[in-house]
Amino acid sequence: MFKSSVSALLLAAACAAATPAGAEEPIKVGMILEMSGPFADLGRQILNGAQAYIKAHGDTVAGRQVELIVKDTTGAAPDIAKRLAQELITNDNVDFLAGFGLTPNALAVAPLATEARKPMIIMNAATSVITTRSQYIARVSFTLSQVTAPLAAWAIKSGIKSVYTLVSDYGPGIDAETTFKKTFTAAGGKIVGEVRVPLRNPEFAPFLQRIKDAHPQAVFIFLPGSSEQPIAFMKGFAERELNKAGIRLIATGDVTEDGVLETMGDTPLGVVTTHHYSMAHVSAQNRAFLKAYAEVAGNGVRPNFMAVGGWDGMAAIYEVAAKLNGQIDGDKAMEVLKGMRIDSPRGPLVIDPETRDPIQTVYVRRVQKVNGKPYNVEFEQIPDVKDPGK
Amino acid sequence: MISSLLGVLFDGLAYGMLLFLISVGLSVTLGLMNFVNLAHGAFGMLGGYVCVIVMSRWHVPFLAALVPAFVAAALAGLVLERILYRRLYRGSHLDQVLLTIGLTFMAIAVATFLFGPQQQSLRLPEYLSGQMSVFGVDLNVYRMFLLAVGVVLTIALTLVLEYTRFGASIRASVDNPRVAEALGIRVGLVFQIAFAAGSGLAGLGGALGVEVLGLDPVFPLKYIVYFLLVVAVGGTSSLKGPLYAALLLGVVDVAGKYYIPQVGAFIIYAMMVILLILRPQGLVSRP
Amino acid sequence: MSDARGISPARLSWVEIVFWVVLASGFWLWPKHLALASQVLIAGLFVLSYDLILGYAGILSLGHAAYFGLGAYAAGLLAQHGWGEPISGLIVAGACAGVAGLLTGFLVVRGQDLTRLMVTTAIGLLLFELANRLSSVTGGVDGLLGIDMAPLLGAFRFDMYGRTAYGYCLAVTFVLFLGARRVVHSPFGWSLRGMRDNPGRMLALGYPVPRRLIAVYTLSAAMAGVAGALLAQTTQFVSIDVLSFNRSAEALVMLIVGGAGVLYGGLIGAAVFTLAYHYLSSLNPVYWQFWLGAFLVAIVLLGGGGVLGACQRVYRMLQDRRRQTASQA
Repeated sequence: MFKSSVSALLLAAACAAATPAGAEEPIKVGMILEMSGPFADLGRQILNGAQAYIKAHGDTVAGRQVELIVKDTTGAAPDIAKRLAQELITNDNVDFLAGFGLTPNALAVAPLATEARKPMIIMNAATSVITTRSQYIARVSFTLSQVTAPLAAWAIKSGIKSVYTLVSDYGPGIDAETTFKKTFTAAGGKIVGEVRVPLRNPEFAPFLQRIKDAHPQAVFIFLPGSSEQPIAFMKGFAERELNKAGIRLIATGDVTEDGVLETMGDTPLGVVTTHHYSMAHVSAQNRAFLKAYAEVAGNGVRPNFMAVGGWDGMAAIYEVAAKLNGQIDGDKAMEVLKGMRIDSPRGPLVIDPETRDPIQTVYVRRVQKVNGKPYNVEFEQIPDVKDPGK
Repeated sequence: MISSLLGVLFDGLAYGMLLFLISVGLSVTLGLMNFVNLAHGAFGMLGGYVCVIVMSRWHVPFLAALVPAFVAAALAGLVLERILYRRLYRGSHLDQVLLTIGLTFMAIAVATFLFGPQQQSLRLPEYLSGQMSVFGVDLNVYRMFLLAVGVVLTIALTLVLEYTRFGASIRASVDNPRVAEALGIRVGLVFQIAFAAGSGLAGLGGALGVEVLGLDPVFPLKYIVYFLLVVAVGGTSSLKGPLYAALLLGVVDVAGKYYIPQVGAFIIYAMMVILLILRPQGLVSRP
Repeated sequence: MSDARGISPARLSWVEIVFWVVLASGFWLWPKHLALASQVLIAGLFVLSYDLILGYAGILSLGHAAYFGLGAYAAGLLAQHGWGEPISGLIVAGACAGVAGLLTGFLVVRGQDLTRLMVTTAIGLLLFELANRLSSVTGGVDGLLGIDMAPLLGAFRFDMYGRTAYGYCLAVTFVLFLGARRVVHSPFGWSLRGMRDNPGRMLALGYPVPRRLIAVYTLSAAMAGVAGALLAQTTQFVSIDVLSFNRSAEALVMLIVGGAGVLYGGLIGAAVFTLAYHYLSSLNPVYWQFWLGAFLVAIVLLGGGGVLGACQRVYRMLQDRRRQTASQA
């Protein structure tokens, strides 16, 4: 047991000695991602997005090379995430901590960012509270409340007065439910029923039946993306002909995210969602992003909002490196990050100087077929949305 | 209200039937060969992927695609039994657990490599989708199909076990392998065929389940608890035990979630504990 | 049945002393991997507790993480509400978990393998769902925030390099290990083995089987709770994954890898598995599970009994050879 550790140490020492003296040290970005296990899709998308950015913009900034050190948390494992962060800081001397597909992993690492004064870039995790846990955290993704509140507002505007909510019974789901209820009822809407489904739930039949019995004008759902649940729900929704009964389906964009949209067949057509990124967004930056992504991931893989998080996270890192001339200091990096404007494939993105959360445009989209393939087509936008959770 | 109750019950039965189809092979392996095969879910996964690939790449219709799903899983079972499992029949249960968990990890990694970590889905044929009104209750066509398949297979299995020579050899080998061998029954061969059949059924169940349970590389680990539950509550000494257990499970799960959704997930586990305390040998056990 | 190295129960053999001295020298031998080493020790303690019920008493359980998690939450909640002193938190956590073990113990003495397996699994899953439901208290999936630990013994702060954590985990594990050793080599411990191998006979001999099973289950739960509390205190974070089915399943795997029914099996198994997990996942972040699975299969094909079982066979083989050459001389 200790033999393997000793040999590991010797190997590490040999590697350290092998670095030629005088060579410029690369800028090291420690990526803490979920690369395997049930959340493997998150890690893959984020990493692809980051690598796509490097491919499109070259791997050198301010005379230094950018190096990604990827670590696998193997899933929702905050103790492993924290240990990986510790090792990245003390052994690899990273300049940035980045990645974080899942909230618990980010929350566990936050105190380390403070202690070591390393800028921590959240590329995906969407719970409001994360950025309050350390002054060194900046988020380039989104928060659930940020995209849910506009949906409730849009619903009222479109004449939907009664809604049944169905969310997954865990942090983000409860966040979404709370935000939706608050915004919807404040604007005069009525919640006719609510249910929280267990995380490990393969069978939606009983819930769908309850919804049908309650006759709401719309159902608001939040189910974790990249799992079988959104697909199962929508299939059930179509099979039980809830749409024919006059019930509309509205949700946050996680449910119809671009990565899984194709596998859902025709069932999600017409579903209205709100989110911060759609593959169908028309802009030069998005075109560049899609092109670079296809080069990195191959033509069959569709990028989703997590990939954009990876892309924009790297953009932020490059910007910091450029502004600081390659000399990365934690406090100075945070000054650069606060208020930073990023020309994102999603649209305009600003990092709020006070909360370090993203301020961005939230789009209302409908699932439609474009050239025979399903996309989230944007038809309305609400600009400069802040995280209402703060 | 009655119609919605019936509708919910029906869905529960169909869901339970699907669990039974996938788990019956596990019950056979455990009862027959005293072998704990935690990789059982991997055979289900194999069947699911084969069905999806065959349908998407070679445009084979759904029903026809079920056949290669069964065959592939049965073959895999046969090969694994010969190469690996056979060595551990006399081994401790713990070693069997470790071996099959190791195999499961490998299967998950291979599936991720070949198909990626995302969800797979397939298009059901028109005649199997949608709803049909039966005695005034709207029932889902695919779930009716699942129930029908389950009933047919259960009858077929029971017929084989009770009325054929092969079935008699299986029952003899379960009761007393040494005497069975002495009487001329090739117990090794019986094991092989039974194992292949059990794995094949799992594959079939997996393919049938893509529509209901979804399919991704983590399938074997996600649902292993349910499979073990069916086998534990149902007992391993008959076919009827797991069948009743699975149906009961399906109905209670679905009904619980319909009537008291706040407590939904608790119901199965609580029921499991109660059932196991009351009947530690399983629902239907031999004297 | 003797232990792997033919250990005399009265004192530590020289092999064991070397083992613990090497672990203590970890500050100098692997200073850059102390965080990993701490997690190995915590896992080792957890699996040791699991060995007591599975390896020695024959209770097959896949829900042992329930007690690990209870201990973790007890320690975490204490710290969150202001009581940051580590050692007292540890004791309270162990006591809570022990009480839980006592209360659920009567459920596991009924039935055989498969029944016990499912009942313990159900208990574990129930507790998981409960913790998820009470997320206002437990923080749910996102976890408990604001766990601030006071310095250990008033002097050693839990630092970023993991030095204090390592020393703390090592000391606690060693102390509890000695305790477990005492139990296992006592008449009580030997009766456990009897109950595992032939419960009917033990009953016929007049042993109060259920009572003893509950006793060892309680002890094991308390130990698991201490391990969980160590995790909560050294990482200053607890989320419901400490109660997950995965954690129980991993304990089972680690124990089989090391060798069940042997005192060091838990520690060795935890070390081998955790290190393999760590190195394989850092080598190839996506497909490492394949190699881990292959590794597990290989261990089984070595001949059963895990790593220590294989060591035992090698040791015996060497002894036989020595005896042969001695008799030939």
